[in-house]
Amino acid sequence: MTDDHDEADGHSHPHAPIVEEGALSYYQAMEVAVRELLIDKGILTADQVRRQVENMDSRTPARGARVVATAWLNPDFRAQLLSDGNAAVEQLGLEHGPYKLIVVENTSQVHNVIVCTLCSCYPRWLLGLPPDWYKSKSYRSRMVREPRAVLREFGLELPESTTVRVHDSTADMRYLVLPARPAETEGWGEEQLAALVTRDTMVGVAVPAKR
Amino acid sequence: MSAKVPPLFESGAHVKVRFAHAAGHVRTPAYVRGHRGVVERLCGSYANPEELAYARSGLPAKPLYRVRFRQEELWPDYRGDSSDTVDVEIFEHWLEPDGGTG
Repeated sequence: MTDDHDEADGHSHPHAPIVEEGALSYYQAMEVAVRELLIDKGILTADQVRRQVENMDSRTPARGARVVATAWLNPDFRAQLLSDGNAAVEQLGLEHGPYKLIVVENTSQVHNVIVCTLCSCYPRWLLGLPPDWYKSKSYRSRMVREPRAVLREFGLELPESTTVRVHDSTADMRYLVLPARPAETEGWGEEQLAALVTRDTMVGVAVPAKR
Repeated sequence: MSAKVPPLFESGAHVKVRFAHAAGHVRTPAYVRGHRGVVERLCGSYANPEELAYARSGLPAKPLYRVRFRQEELWPDYRGDSSDTVDVEIFEHWLEPDGGTG
C-alpha cells in the first residue's frame, strides 16, 4: 500500500503511509520493562543504552573485508587468522567481542558456508547485524539439509566435486569465511581488494568476483 | 580461573551424539542427535549454556568440541558430494565414544 502525494514542498514520491505503531508484542514489552528497571535502579543510563545500540549499528562488513584483504596480502597474517582468529583481528585494532572467532578458508576444493540453526549467531563484530534472510527459518533449516540447492538460489553453482562444508554456529564460536582471492588481482592494494569482499562472500553464500 | 573439567576427547576421535530429548535451553540441534561424527577440534571450555540460561553459574566449565558429520550420515537422501560435511559445536556431556567405524 502506498500513499502517493504531492505537497507544496515538492515532496512527491510514493511511500508506505506513516501510521501509528501497533500494540507491543510480548518481548517488546519485556524489553521496555527491563530497560526501564535498569535505568530506574541506576544500573545503566538511557544514554549508555543508546550508545550501545549506536555502536552495534555502526559495525559494517567493511571490517571483515579489511581482515580478508589483509589475509590475501600477508601470508603470516593469514596463518594467524586461521589458527587464532581473535588474536589476528586484534592485531588490526578490531574488536571481536566475547566469542571465539573461527575463520574457515575456501580453496579450489572446499567451499565453506555459515548458518546458525538454533538462532542467529553471526560474527557481528566483523560484519554488523545479520541480514533478514540469515535469521529466516527457511535459511536456517535448509542450509544444513540441502546447502547446494540453497546456494544455487543465491546464484552460486558449485562444481559437484567441490566439498561443501556447512558450519552450524551453535554455541560459543563465531565464524567468518575467508574467500578465495579472485584471479588476476596481482599487484592490487588492500583497499582495492577489500572492495571485492562483500558481506555475502564472508558468510559463504557468494564468492568474490573481479568487477 | 574458573573450575573446568579436563577434556575427554582429542581431535580425530570418533564420537556419537547422545539421543536424548532434554527440555530447556539446549544447544545440541536435534538433527545431529544419535549420529556419528569425528571431533574436528577442541574449542576450549565454556560455561554450560543449559545452566546459564536459568541464572545458574554453568560451572564447572565444560569442554566444547566442533564435531564434523558427513552429510550422508545425517540425511540418507542427501544430494551432493559424499565428502560434504556439517560441523556443529557440541558440549562434551552430549557425546559418547563411538567404537564403530563412524
